[in-house]
Amino acid sequence: MTTPELDEATRLTTQPKPVEQPRRGDPFGPLRLGWRQLTSMRTALLLLFLLALASVPGGFLPQRKINPVRVSEYIRSHGAAGRFMDRIGLFDVFSSVWFSAIYLLLFISLVGCLIPRSRLHLRALTARPPKVPKTLKRLPVSASWVAAAPVESVLDDARAALRGWRVERRGSELSAEKGYLRETGNLVFHISLVLLLIGIALNSFYGFKGTVLVVEGKGFSNTLALYDNVQPAKRFNPSSLVPFTVGLTQFHATYGDDGKALTFDADITWSRDGKPSKAYDLRVNHPLVVGNAKTYLIGHGYAPHIVFRDVDGTVVDDSAVPCLPQDPQFLSTCVIKEPSTKATQFGFRGVFTPTTVSDAAQRVGSSYPGLRRPALTLVAFAGDLSLDGGTPQSVYSLDTTAMKAVDKGQAHALQPGQTWVLPDGASLTYVDTLQWANLQVTQDPSRRLMLVAAIGIVGGLLLSLFIRRRRVWVRAGEGADGTTTVEVGGLSRTDPERFASEFAELVTDIRRERA
Amino acid sequence: MPDKGLGQLGDGLLFTAVVLYALAMLGYAAEQATSRARQRVTSVRAASSVLVGSGPPVTVPAETVTVSAPSRAGQFAFGLTGIGWVVHLTSIVLRGFAAHRVPWGNMYEFSSAAAFVAVTAFLGMVVRGRIDRALGAFVMVPVVLYLGLASSLLYTAAGPLVPALNSYWIKIHVAAAILASGSFLLSGVVALLYLLRSRYDTHPKAAFPVSLGRQLPAAAALDRMSYAVIAFAFPVWTFAIIAGAIWAESAWGRYWGWDPKETWSFITWVLYAGYLHARATAGWKGRKAAWVAVAAAGALIIDYYVVNIFVVGLHSYA
Repeated sequence: MTTPELDEATRLTTQPKPVEQPRRGDPFGPLRLGWRQLTSMRTALLLLFLLALASVPGGFLPQRKINPVRVSEYIRSHGAAGRFMDRIGLFDVFSSVWFSAIYLLLFISLVGCLIPRSRLHLRALTARPPKVPKTLKRLPVSASWVAAAPVESVLDDARAALRGWRVERRGSELSAEKGYLRETGNLVFHISLVLLLIGIALNSFYGFKGTVLVVEGKGFSNTLALYDNVQPAKRFNPSSLVPFTVGLTQFHATYGDDGKALTFDADITWSRDGKPSKAYDLRVNHPLVVGNAKTYLIGHGYAPHIVFRDVDGTVVDDSAVPCLPQDPQFLSTCVIKEPSTKATQFGFRGVFTPTTVSDAAQRVGSSYPGLRRPALTLVAFAGDLSLDGGTPQSVYSLDTTAMKAVDKGQAHALQPGQTWVLPDGASLTYVDTLQWANLQVTQDPSRRLMLVAAIGIVGGLLLSLFIRRRRVWVRAGEGADGTTTVEVGGLSRTDPERFASEFAELVTDIRRERA
Repeated sequence: MPDKGLGQLGDGLLFTAVVLYALAMLGYAAEQATSRARQRVTSVRAASSVLVGSGPPVTVPAETVTVSAPSRAGQFAFGLTGIGWVVHLTSIVLRGFAAHRVPWGNMYEFSSAAAFVAVTAFLGMVVRGRIDRALGAFVMVPVVLYLGLASSLLYTAAGPLVPALNSYWIKIHVAAAILASGSFLLSGVVALLYLLRSRYDTHPKAAFPVSLGRQLPAAAALDRMSYAVIAFAFPVWTFAIIAGAIWAESAWGRYWGWDPKETWSFITWVLYAGYLHARATAGWKGRKAAWVAVAAAGALIIDYYVVNIFVVGLHSYA
């Protein structure tokens, strides 16, 4: 199979040939050589393995984008080694310079390989099947016999047997080829990979992602300022936010007896451009789609409704305080700040427990995520909340540097309806419990492109793996007494066993036509 | 509410299937031990042409000629595998009825289904004459281990799903992942056998385990077999990842977030892509490509066990 005459005919692939040395004296020689090296299959293979290897730390180590808390814990507990790992980007693998370098090189190599291959394939699609090799016997499968029919009718029979093949006649020889879709699929697959990368790039330039916490009975409108947390892309334009509003009517969660969550539903109303609002059941796996924006339910928790009265009895605060869940049973941490008092400001810190239990040491816990025995257990502080210092403060943390603990820091547990009267006459009432939902809004300009790329990837892959490209040659020579010597040979790069039986059938068909 | 009785019956049937597979494994091993003469027969027949139908002799490549040496133990083992397969299938179906959902909602069920795919692929390929029955010993060892591990360490009683899993995508994404994983598992075994056999070919005097290579099919046939399985499983795996991304987009609001599971699925995908390219690249064909296939199967196992059990991520639920 290595004789030169068979070489061209048996090259059943547009795979690039091994890198050749450039001619001497070529001023672009080194460049040309470098380019050929980069686009060679061997380099692509190496880059693929490097890509897999470079992803490994991302699969074992905590990553900052997913879990920043665990990353800082990891660095703290590993000292100098942890800091070194951080410096070389092991906690931000997928945005690190080295990871990007590998995949960019891989894609450059891919594009450099795709362009010539597409050109070659286009040429092959319009070209005639190659000439019949001199010795058909040397092909992987071959057969020969003497037929009683004349040359012309043998060739007609062969043509009939080769229906569905691209057949080219030269003299008394036939060249036939089939399975061009294999390479088409291969190219579609690789081009779709490039499209996918373009889609990812577009999203990182023009996409938007923001999260907002909404308490039952409240709502939010889709403007940048109202988000708790936004990740706009580099070129994101705030005016491209879809103008819509969402109101949270009610949130339900149901749990099994073991405390495992069964369902989450957020009953919401939404409206766009001030049109009448519509109801929607927002669930996990069931996002709200408004134009280009998708709203997801990504979290939930409890928000005890409290009323705070100042020393003179006037209500200065009547609101729901979102508490942040800390464990699967929804033990949640709460912070309440009362800055609008006439004299001393008050602050509260503590936990909300939906199903309250306490251990021997009087530590409070929750034994079930549903609301069975809710309690708000708080420590109060009096003094200055330090809100005027100019540095923004999180609503979820309390700065007690200028405050004194009330009751020597003794915690008070409140059940719904109960009131805690503080020593100077101010009071806190825990009225009842509301719930909150965390909503995430994303705008992804490349959604459709990604879908096309995904279809191209799977479709192209199927074609390139399951279509077999194969060639068959027939030579009919005039023998003695009007008989014909028939030689048939065939070649397929993939699945030789199947091709052998297909070839045997073809041969039987050619012979049977006149029988 | 989950049906406890049905669930327990399903678990019992799975245990029965494991016992049947283990017995079959012994049968295949006995067949291996009693068929030392096999290789000599193959080499005699290798150079000859075969007659196809009434046509002229058609020359076919030597290694496609397979010779089956009938053996009682082997037939018995194959029968046991078949019965085990039926019992296994029943246990999976019962599990689904017991939990009122698709029977692949946690690691225990996933393992059972993936092993089922591997056994189905093996049985199918033997029936179609594309794989040597004697390989059964090597296929059954990992299947029995895998199922044993699943029913002892990963056992979960039949029950409902966490809300994020409650989607019709679980049918699509997880079914594709099971189909691909089971097939990759099989291809990994065959790639290892190929390495064993090709080592034996160059070092025929070597000690155990290379000496096992004597009873294996020709290296080229093993290589093609592992390629055929990977060529089938790779698009399925690709589809599973894409379906997972679409599902993630509707459940978590993003296609891809480099969650550990996603990262390891990506590594597995890249390694199998590497395998397919390596097989077509001069200097990488044969053993090197087979090592890539073994490494890729290793990444798949990490993706499955290590990520689910030891690494915290969005997929840590089962």
